[in-house]
Amino acid sequence: MARTTTSPPPPVSLPRISWSTRFDKLQRRFAPFVFISPFFILFAIFGLFPIVFSMYLSLQEWNPIQGLGTMRYIGLENYTWLMGDPWFWRSITNTLWIAFASGIPQHLVAIPLAFALSRGIQSFRHPLTAAYFLPYITSAVAIALVFQTIFGTQFGILNQTLQYLATAPWSAWLFGGLADSLPVNWLGRAPNIKPAISLLVWWQFFGFNVVLYAAGLATIPKDYYEAAQIDGASGRQSFFHITLPLLRPMIFFAVTFTIIGNLQLFDQPFILTDGTGGTSQAGMTVAMYLYRTGFEWLEMGTAAAISWLLFLLIGTLTVIHFYFFGRSGLETRD
Amino acid sequence: MKKILALALAASLLAGAALAQTTLTLGLFEPLNEHVELVLPQFNALHPDVTVEIRTLGFGDHHDLLVTNLATGSGAADVVAIEIGYIARFVAEGGLRDLSEAPFEADRFADDFVDYAWAQGRTADGRQIAMPTDIAPGTLYYRRDHLEASGWTIDQVIESMDSFLDYGRELLGHGVFLVADAGSIAEGLIRSNVPAGDGIYFAADGTPQLNSERFLEAARIAQIVREEGMDAQIGAWSNEWYEAFRQGTTAVEISGAWLGGHLQTWMAPETSGLWGASNTPGEMLVSWGGSFYGIPTQTAEAKLDAAWDLVLFLTTNPEIQLEGLPHHQRLPRHAGHLRRPHVRRGARVPRRTASAHAVGRHRQPDPGRCHLPGRHDRRGDLRLRHGRDPQRGPRRSGCTRRSADVDPAAHPPLT
Repeated sequence: MARTTTSPPPPVSLPRISWSTRFDKLQRRFAPFVFISPFFILFAIFGLFPIVFSMYLSLQEWNPIQGLGTMRYIGLENYTWLMGDPWFWRSITNTLWIAFASGIPQHLVAIPLAFALSRGIQSFRHPLTAAYFLPYITSAVAIALVFQTIFGTQFGILNQTLQYLATAPWSAWLFGGLADSLPVNWLGRAPNIKPAISLLVWWQFFGFNVVLYAAGLATIPKDYYEAAQIDGASGRQSFFHITLPLLRPMIFFAVTFTIIGNLQLFDQPFILTDGTGGTSQAGMTVAMYLYRTGFEWLEMGTAAAISWLLFLLIGTLTVIHFYFFGRSGLETRD
Repeated sequence: MKKILALALAASLLAGAALAQTTLTLGLFEPLNEHVELVLPQFNALHPDVTVEIRTLGFGDHHDLLVTNLATGSGAADVVAIEIGYIARFVAEGGLRDLSEAPFEADRFADDFVDYAWAQGRTADGRQIAMPTDIAPGTLYYRRDHLEASGWTIDQVIESMDSFLDYGRELLGHGVFLVADAGSIAEGLIRSNVPAGDGIYFAADGTPQLNSERFLEAARIAQIVREEGMDAQIGAWSNEWYEAFRQGTTAVEISGAWLGGHLQTWMAPETSGLWGASNTPGEMLVSWGGSFYGIPTQTAEAKLDAAWDLVLFLTTNPEIQLEGLPHHQRLPRHAGHLRRPHVRRGARVPRRTASAHAVGRHRQPDPGRCHLPGRHDRRGDLRLRHGRDPQRGPRRSGCTRRSADVDPAAHPPLT
């Protein structure tokens, strides 16, 4: 190019570049972009656009039935309104309650269980791991429907079991105190709804953590245990002084998963409370409130604002988690 | 993608067939489809040039999809069914054609329909946007076997609320619960004696009614039932609820008349013969549910005549309406049908009950910016857990004003 600027020759004297050569050059240059474009096109349509649009939507007031033309810009009113909305705060506390009540036991059970699987019962390890994992890959709706039946007041197997335990001679000393409060109305009384949902969520997801921790345990070299054994360490000591410290990165990873997943809880409480949030909205999570605001009350703008506030909440908790546990979780082992 | 292809294909097919044949889609929710499928051959006989394609979805899915379709301006069926829990928002927010205008001119049928049902499908400025197809008078369904075992008669039971509670106490001695959920009794009381023009939750001027006598009485009765252990504490629409009907765990259920249709088709068909129906206790006259047919604005002009024929066939044809009664306990909306002997023998129809959805009805057709609750679903569960908290009142300023703007003369008391 520099040559042509210094002494421009008449155009006719340029060597003719054939069309096929031009095409060849062109396609060499652009083919990679064309080949990679399907991902970006799909991502733009299904990933980027909804995100950007929901942010735009959260500043609007829009009733979807009337079509796109009826959007009205209202600035931050959706956000300021939500700040003073008692139902929004109730849904936040519900979500946090359920997230902690189902999340912490998940790990407290999964870690020892994975340890037992990897150390003790070798022969059943894989079938058992698969069995624990099964609820995770089962449809949440199907599970919730089954649990709805389990939690039934009169015919539910949970109440039937408690009834038996409270009256049977061998267990009455422990469960006898329950007799007066049976049958428990699990899904109809406000104080019972969150524990019921938490129980379901715990059951559904602890198996996933077992698998994560089993994978984490498999990476811990056996030499450490052997060395500890030679030094006379008990199984309990090797669990607390070898397994737990070396499992930290996996714990960090699994807890991050739990935080993100549990704060987005929707299907399980939705089915268990019949889509309503339950008595006094005791089981209404933020995701459910978002859905109801958008699709039942047709306040799409407010619903979009809720989704962004939920994003902020998840982001904040994840950052806090990273801040306090990130260093020990992400640092290398050696 | 598949959907778009299918739509494109359907559209091209339609274009080809349009000259000879009109194909109408009819969007229904369960179990309305059972009635329609039953009577559709008669419609085909009357209109051989119209083919009706029924699309049925579950209750929630149908209405969610309808909202989405109206929002995006495409995909809705040519004629859609709308349940009463959703009608207010379509009345207020649009998306459906004004049936009062040409070529429909629905207003000429106004006198044929039960007044409050007609009013529920009407906007404040007098546009009819949906045609009522069935009404749901509050009904007491009771197990005859428990009644006989207790030695009571149904007239004694429903004489007053007190006698109803006494019946419940009697049943406790027989190891039977009175009702599945104390809330359903409260539900009935909340819906009864609603002053004309008011909604269930709000007065005509938008004032919340939660502390009114109606609600206090409902809570008081429900509390008695719960504290004395007369209800089984079984939530509606759960497997356990159906099981209670099958096993006779509970003796009565207060609900819309439509519950009978569910009972006999799928909930507890094996208990056929064990059930009786009567008025609700203490003469509470209740409107409890119902459904409508409307035509979306997006329905093609060319199909409007056929669509309207279908709506009229389903809502105004006496024989067709009565087909719904023995099968689904869907009482016809059409007032003329209610004078028929075998309807009159059935449950009493609360002609004077105020609109369950007066709130929606009284809203201005102007893009409803305010957000008044008043939703309750097919379950007819009120329990204050549905919809927004009425205590919070209108969402944005201006709502109250709009409600108050409604000219009372435009809404004469229902007669």
